[in-house]
Amino acid sequence: MITTLFSAPPPKPSLFERFKKAVEKTRDTFVEQIDDIFQGRKVIDEELLEELEMTLISGDLGVRTTDEILDQIRRQLSRKELSDPSQLKESIARHMIEILQKAGDGKVRAVGSPQVVLVVGVNGTGKTTTIGKLANRLKSEGKKVLLAAGDTFRAAATEQLEVWGERTGIEVIKQKAGADPSAVLYDALQAAKARGVDVVVVDTAGRLHNKAGLMSELEKIRRTAGRLVDGAPHETLLVLDAVTGQNGLEQARQFTETAGVTGLVLTKLDGTAKGGIAVAIARELNLPIRYVGVGEKIGDLEEFDAESFVRALFQA
Amino acid sequence: MFENLSDKLQRVFKNLRGEGKLTEANVQDALKEIRLALLEADVNFKVVKQLIENIRTKALGQEVLTAFSPTEQVVKIVKDELIRILGSTESKLRFANTPPSVYMIVGLQGSGKTTSTGKLANWLAKNGHRPQLVSVDVYRPAAREQLRVVAGQIGAPIYVGEPGEARPLELAKAAKREAVQTGRDVVLVDTAGRLHIDEELMVELEQLKKELQPTEILFVADAMTGQDAVKSAEAFHNRLGVTGVILTKMDGDARGGAALSIRQVTGRPLKFVGVGEKPDQFELFYPDRVVSRILGMGDVLSLIEKVEETIDKKDALEMQEKILENEFTLEDFLKQLRSLKKLGSLESLLGMLPNVGPFKELQGAQIDPKEMGRVESIISSMTAKERKNHEIINGSRRRRIARGSGCSVQEVNQLLKQYREARKMMRAMTGGLKKGGLKRKQKGAKGRGGRAPIAYDPQGFPGFFGR
Repeated sequence: MITTLFSAPPPKPSLFERFKKAVEKTRDTFVEQIDDIFQGRKVIDEELLEELEMTLISGDLGVRTTDEILDQIRRQLSRKELSDPSQLKESIARHMIEILQKAGDGKVRAVGSPQVVLVVGVNGTGKTTTIGKLANRLKSEGKKVLLAAGDTFRAAATEQLEVWGERTGIEVIKQKAGADPSAVLYDALQAAKARGVDVVVVDTAGRLHNKAGLMSELEKIRRTAGRLVDGAPHETLLVLDAVTGQNGLEQARQFTETAGVTGLVLTKLDGTAKGGIAVAIARELNLPIRYVGVGEKIGDLEEFDAESFVRALFQA
Repeated sequence: MFENLSDKLQRVFKNLRGEGKLTEANVQDALKEIRLALLEADVNFKVVKQLIENIRTKALGQEVLTAFSPTEQVVKIVKDELIRILGSTESKLRFANTPPSVYMIVGLQGSGKTTSTGKLANWLAKNGHRPQLVSVDVYRPAAREQLRVVAGQIGAPIYVGEPGEARPLELAKAAKREAVQTGRDVVLVDTAGRLHIDEELMVELEQLKKELQPTEILFVADAMTGQDAVKSAEAFHNRLGVTGVILTKMDGDARGGAALSIRQVTGRPLKFVGVGEKPDQFELFYPDRVVSRILGMGDVLSLIEKVEETIDKKDALEMQEKILENEFTLEDFLKQLRSLKKLGSLESLLGMLPNVGPFKELQGAQIDPKEMGRVESIISSMTAKERKNHEIINGSRRRRIARGSGCSVQEVNQLLKQYREARKMMRAMTGGLKKGGLKRKQKGAKGRGGRAPIAYDPQGFPGFFGR
């Protein structure tokens, strides 16, 4: 199952290995905490569940999602499907996988010509870096890629994307700082059509989701894309920093409402943050995680797989 | 969005009336709500646990004062406890005895270091200092270019280094030398973002600290950070001895509970908050305001301060007189709109209001700056006489005004209609004032289904508020 995720030659080490490595820091604390809880326990009691609750909350899953998982466990307990503390870990893992899988995989099957991928998010989550890695990934799959420097607001954002363009050998369509992002997109899509490009990845300025003016700018970008290419943008990725707390849910909600997000990219998973809010987002908004960022190198972007992700998190 | 803590506690204490004391049972329910509120605000769970214990001790056995409802009493205990942790305002920056003082700006990737460095330089310059900037982020593509652009925006000198120089320490040392030569008293060193578990880069920071002997090491933290805030803050603090914290992206709608966590693990004061993308959107940190926000009660103090800062008191009084005398002209209408514009985006103001009651409806309302520009040009195209008395504006005058302002006659008509409505509404309000006095107005504002205070009323300027 894991190898079928890759159309290109399978990378080594395996996806599972890489996930495992990426979440090692997370796992250390997470699993240690959970293992600590089970140390010397013979029965599952309220005290144990309470400690478990704290562990899940410390992973930014949020109170609601945590409660849901614990409620399911309580139900299993009362039905006597669960009695041994050692089964508890497996049961939690299963619940988390279930939540994540229910949201789908976010893969876009319908291919436009060119395929337009819009990348959005609040400030500082890693949009430009993600685009650099994603472009590299698409290129290695044999696709002809073009980048649109739609962040015309932040100082040196275009230059930053251009560096990624050089690294990957992919052309970047840009305009002057302060230009209308929709105008950049227009240029990029015209160029893409003329050159027979397969995928256009569009960078946008970071924006806080509670700023109505900036959010409506995204709507305009979408309209521009849709006018030039049928069904565009075909995919809209919300880039979410793994350190984000409960506000991530509101981010996802607002961006989905105005920008029609189709999937998440969870970045900076190589830190100690667990990104548990993504589970809450999957549960409440049915938004799948599409990719995860696991480092600063060009190859450090992986397609998300719930099973591998949660297993790696729980593997001792 | 979330309910605020007051609402939740109100429910808990609904049945409390008549009992003289807060008992174990009703305090227990209240604590549950408080715990939930704090966790949803991203306060670290260990900090929450400790807080809840403290609050329990203080709340138990409290006499229910007649002047306060139990809700108010408990909210006060919670607020006091949170403010106690956040500490008093200690925003003062320290300066070296022999200048230049070196400030290191550190933090995780994407927390807002470069933007904050620019804002801090701007703030220092406004307060009589002569800052010098340098970026030692040789890793992230275009990071140094970013600071160069930011420096240009605020007009602060930046040391860019010899071409090809990519050693952070050398860059910083050269910048310090340049500051000495050019008489700059503070050197702001913008460092590369890094994960606190990145050993190599943490060692680099330690070396920078050793060589530069900074007077301030400011840890930049994103207000949206979740439970992990304690780990990164602790790691940076243990390695470097952070001296203060800058909390960024507070113009978002995150509760900012990370502030409590960071303060708790570092023991260092939060000094500044970033509240926007512009260089001057940078404020001193006030614990009580952040506490209100964590509890979902809005940042009314900041709002009042901002309004006071921008609105000329004399102007406001004059305006009030005019409204009372029913002499509110198109000229005044324009003035009002301009002062509204000066206040900045309506969204940012609304963000400071509690998300409850009459304010709830307003979240998301906004003034379209283009619409504002159109109104300005239309009124500017009128003669002085027309501005004083809108009733003389007939068809041919409307056509002239439309031509002069580059708008259509319909747009001129629309503006006149808006003005007449605003005027009518003001008259209705002052009518109330004259008849019932101030008391009646207050009642109207507070009562169920009553009108919100006029300044926040979306109908005040019809057409400018969209959703």
